[in-house]
Amino acid sequence: MKSFDYLRPETLEEALAALSDPDTAVLGGGTNLLDLMKLGVALPDRLVDLTRLPGLDRIETLPDGSWRIGAMVRNADLARDPGFAAAFPMVAEALLSGASAQLRNAATLGGNLMQATRCAWFQDPQARCNRRAPGSGCDALEGANRGHAVLGWTPACIAVHPSDFCVPLAALDAQVEVAGPAGIRHVPLETFHLLPGEEAHRVTALEPGEIVLALRLPAAAAAFAGHARYLKLRERTSFAFALLSAAAALRVEDGRIAEARLALGGVAARPWRCHAAEVLLESAPAAPDSFARAAAAALETAAPSGANGYKIVLAERILARALAAAAAGTPAEMPALPGSLMDDSDRETAHA
Amino acid sequence: MPDDIAPTRHQRLGSNAGDPHSRLDGIAKITGAARYAADNAPAGLLWAVIAGAPVARGRVARLDTAAALAHPGVTHVITPENRPALHKDPDLRAALFDWKLDLLQDDRIRYAGAPMALVLAETAEAAAEGARLLAPEIEADPARIGFGDGLAFAAETVGIGAPPATAVGDVEAGFAAAAQVTEVEIETPPQYHNAMEPHAIVAQWQGERLVIDTPNQAIVMSRPSFAAYFGIPPENVHIRSPYLGGGFGSKAILNPAQILACLAARETGRPVKLVLSRAQMYGPTGHRGATRQSLRLGVDAAGRLTALSHHAVSATSSFDDFLEPAANAALNTYACPAISVSHSGSRWDIGTPGPMRAPGEATGSAALECAMDEAAHAAGLDPLDFRLRNYAETDPATGRAYSSKALRECYALGAERFGWKTRPMQPGQMRDARGRLLGWGMGTSLFPAPMFQAEARATLRADGSAVVETAASDMGQGAWTALAQIAAEGLGLDLAQVEFRSGDSELPDAGVAGGSGHTATAGSALYSAGRDVIAQLTALATADPASPLHGAGNRAVVAADGWLRIEGEDHRRESYAAILARAGRDALTGRGKGARDPAHAEARAMFSHGAVFAEVAVDPALLQIRVTRLTGAFAAGRIINPKLAESQLLGGMIWGLGFALQEEALHDRRSGRLLNADLAGYHVPVNADLAEIEALTVHEEDRFVNPLGVKGVGELGITGTAGAIANAVWHATGRRVRRFPIHPEDLA
Ligand SMILES: Cc1cc2nc3c(=O)[nH]c(=O)nc-3n(C[C@H](O)[C@H](O)[C@H](O)COP(=O)(O)OP(=O)(O)OC[C@H]3O[C@@H](n4cnc5c(N)ncnc54)[C@H](O)[C@@H]3O)c2cc1C
Ligand code: SF4
Repeated sequence: MKSFDYLRPETLEEALAALSDPDTAVLGGGTNLLDLMKLGVALPDRLVDLTRLPGLDRIETLPDGSWRIGAMVRNADLARDPGFAAAFPMVAEALLSGASAQLRNAATLGGNLMQATRCAWFQDPQARCNRRAPGSGCDALEGANRGHAVLGWTPACIAVHPSDFCVPLAALDAQVEVAGPAGIRHVPLETFHLLPGEEAHRVTALEPGEIVLALRLPAAAAAFAGHARYLKLRERTSFAFALLSAAAALRVEDGRIAEARLALGGVAARPWRCHAAEVLLESAPAAPDSFARAAAAALETAAPSGANGYKIVLAERILARALAAAAAGTPAEMPALPGSLMDDSDRETAHA
Repeated sequence: MPDDIAPTRHQRLGSNAGDPHSRLDGIAKITGAARYAADNAPAGLLWAVIAGAPVARGRVARLDTAAALAHPGVTHVITPENRPALHKDPDLRAALFDWKLDLLQDDRIRYAGAPMALVLAETAEAAAEGARLLAPEIEADPARIGFGDGLAFAAETVGIGAPPATAVGDVEAGFAAAAQVTEVEIETPPQYHNAMEPHAIVAQWQGERLVIDTPNQAIVMSRPSFAAYFGIPPENVHIRSPYLGGGFGSKAILNPAQILACLAARETGRPVKLVLSRAQMYGPTGHRGATRQSLRLGVDAAGRLTALSHHAVSATSSFDDFLEPAANAALNTYACPAISVSHSGSRWDIGTPGPMRAPGEATGSAALECAMDEAAHAAGLDPLDFRLRNYAETDPATGRAYSSKALRECYALGAERFGWKTRPMQPGQMRDARGRLLGWGMGTSLFPAPMFQAEARATLRADGSAVVETAASDMGQGAWTALAQIAAEGLGLDLAQVEFRSGDSELPDAGVAGGSGHTATAGSALYSAGRDVIAQLTALATADPASPLHGAGNRAVVAADGWLRIEGEDHRRESYAAILARAGRDALTGRGKGARDPAHAEARAMFSHGAVFAEVAVDPALLQIRVTRLTGAFAAGRIINPKLAESQLLGGMIWGLGFALQEEALHDRRSGRLLNADLAGYHVPVNADLAEIEALTVHEEDRFVNPLGVKGVGELGITGTAGAIANAVWHATGRRVRRFPIHPEDLA
């Protein structure tokens, strides 16, 4: 494969300086980037490994009660952090529903946020793909696109963002802490991933030379801990990306919903926050009717981008299901098959 | 092999065969000591990388060989323009197991991933980058992939040289006599072997001798295939293949990488290593071809088949002819007076398919078992009852008696274990405690019990231990262990006293590790080599007046635990070592062959059988499917190693699960490239997919298959399972899905 330089800076300043060169890529756990390099999709001249930057592996609570998680915290470490998992159970569940144990041990928070779509044509350097090669077209429009987007797509690109982790984060008003030549800024995770418009090349809010430094979760997000679930429809029991997923978090007071947080995965180029549905749920009884109405509202603007109309129907149902699961209360223990619709763990040994 | 060495009454063979030994090579494998082909690195090695075609059809207009050669470390770029001559035309098939190969004979592209050039370099990285720098300019033609776009053609043969059509009885009359006719169309997608170990070769020339490290399922048989390309005698080819990380048929047939590496080694005078990437295993190394199958089943008022027709359109490449013999599944499974099976081909711009675990049987039985389920339901019969009504007492295709067939026992054991009795007839009737739809389905497993030709050598050493030799292939199935157990059995020695040498073409030919016939074939050769040693030893002892065995007359001499003794007179015994010592021999060598008795082959139909019962749970709203229970009961003759056999049967069933719900290769319509040429995109089952799964075996004694009574278990488990799961999905949801694999949206 193409030769490249490998840098391992010791400070943020060094890292940002190194990143000022074009054709430089940040290396987290490498579980996505190295694959893309082998495929010839990513062809950086230099890799900047963030492992040595101080403090990026920290999970901390700040004086205002918010949480700050460093970009190099491994997916597995975050999901298994008792404090974090107690405060944000559906985030932990989403993390543990993703990939495999080996990948979660290597994958970093920053890398998970920044991971590329799994669209097959994006991963094939010879295919037409506006996201990878602006203006070249979109082969997915004519191809096997049963997994592609039903919300927020344009003919420029119908890809979906593959992350499980980001779905509950979008629901919980997480903020991405970004560091760049101009200093530190915060971007809501909900809009961190860009939807395609006329073009699809820019996929996140990061400007050239910027990196993800940390993730912030507001103190208020922990108020949903008692009623929060992440559910994931997939084609094998584990180790598969979501066809569809839903994160639902409720604050329930006297059988009524005081507040709701909802997001869908596998439907768009970003984790899809369902604001309209949340509004409908406010002060509604925590009951199936309310859930169905909210779920329908969430998919109101959905449209198939190919052979994927079924996703609209199923997305509505998974949202309603996740709401019902959240209303029933967060399980005392992490399910043996996190996020699974097919948890048999009371029946036999399961393997996540 | 003469019949008289056969154990004639039912007996557990002695202390070796029949024991669930853990694999003898297990420690070497898990500690990394086992040396696979790609682990070899002879001094002076060059690395080779294939530059594969980026489209499925067209021609290579230009390759930037200068750029590749300019890359540091790159030493050679071989293209059709400078490819050294081969002794054999790669588009010519000289033997049954020859496939046409893409060996840079011209600039045509016949499938995505076909070699366009070979880049050699001092490091793997430089070779890979050199291949990338070739930046091919392609004149592409539209790819013809899929049954809609493929070119139909009449088949001359199917599988390996089998006739494309067979008919028994009067099919039209059979349908006319039917009270009901069920018609079913089923499609199965292209599937890939995906052995864990990628195809690899290290090739080096020693003068006119070619020494090859490569995983190979037919070690001695492959020598002439390699030799033909280089105009050398087969004996000059030395193949070392001690371990294979899975083969499933893909390592029985030569692939282009192997010949190109040998050619490069000859050209450069240096050893050459070539290891395919995972993505490169989707193209030039075979796959299970797609099928579109149409079945018609005529059934009379009593629920008996009156006619059965099974037609398969099998996809193959544009230039070669391997056709998945799917329709033949209908020939031997169910009793029916009139059966017609036929095949035709569809030419796609893909690599040529080849045998993949249960080639034909897997795809064919998936369709047949779905059709049987529909016919049973139409007749108002329980699927098991329907199958029992159509139980074949003799082989429907030939009318021959079976060498053995304990399928009825498999049905009974499996059904009992599963609890089949309480199954409601109508679909959609059962739910579990979580409200998921439950469905039960079943299928019959069937796989031929072939034997090939094998030879073996056994040498008894002065200390009473032995070395046994045959060039068998351990693909992970456990040949190192099961064959050693049989060899020890033949010699009347404990397993620990037997050194087993295998996996090398300098040893006697063990035939092919394929067709589920390796244990039967190589095992028979090893057993008979051992018996030959014992016969010679017995002759030495009984002729020697100083031996306690002298004058045994016609009384039986028994060999066990390193001693010969006269049966019934246990004190008249002598150790092997003592007999050899007195005879002044430091070794005694015996030879054996494994082959089927032609008279039995002529008179009997020989198959392994089984019954698979599946339970699925389907989320009624979200349509995710989970196989919650799989029970298989199998009859496959004598089981040499129950632990390994169970692993094989479970592995087959798990593959059937993948077939039913997961496995499919997807192609880009325009370029014809694979869209999911990796294990993230091409799904196979994971551990969590297996809730409850069990493989049971039913005792079966078979005096005809071979003197050991061994059939095979390698491929049996996949047959029956895919159909059973599809039938269970129907029973849960009322949906008959006509295309494998079954996706959630198919149930919407
Ligand atoms: C087989 C397989 C199955 C998977 N299944 C799932 C699944 O089911 N669910 C799921 O959610 N995910 C799944 N994943 C994806 C996995 O979650 C990602 O690969 C992983 O999170 C990426 O993290 P990383 O640290 O390895 O990133 P890297 O590979 O190191 O980087 C990924 C991208 O992020 C950029 N990047 C990394 N860190 C930063 C930073 N701090 N600032 C700016 N940019 C950065 C890199 O430059 C690169 O572009 C799967 C992956 C594989 C290979
Ligand atoms: S959907 Fe998007 S990522 Fe996929 S090919 Fe089209 S433009 Fe590229």
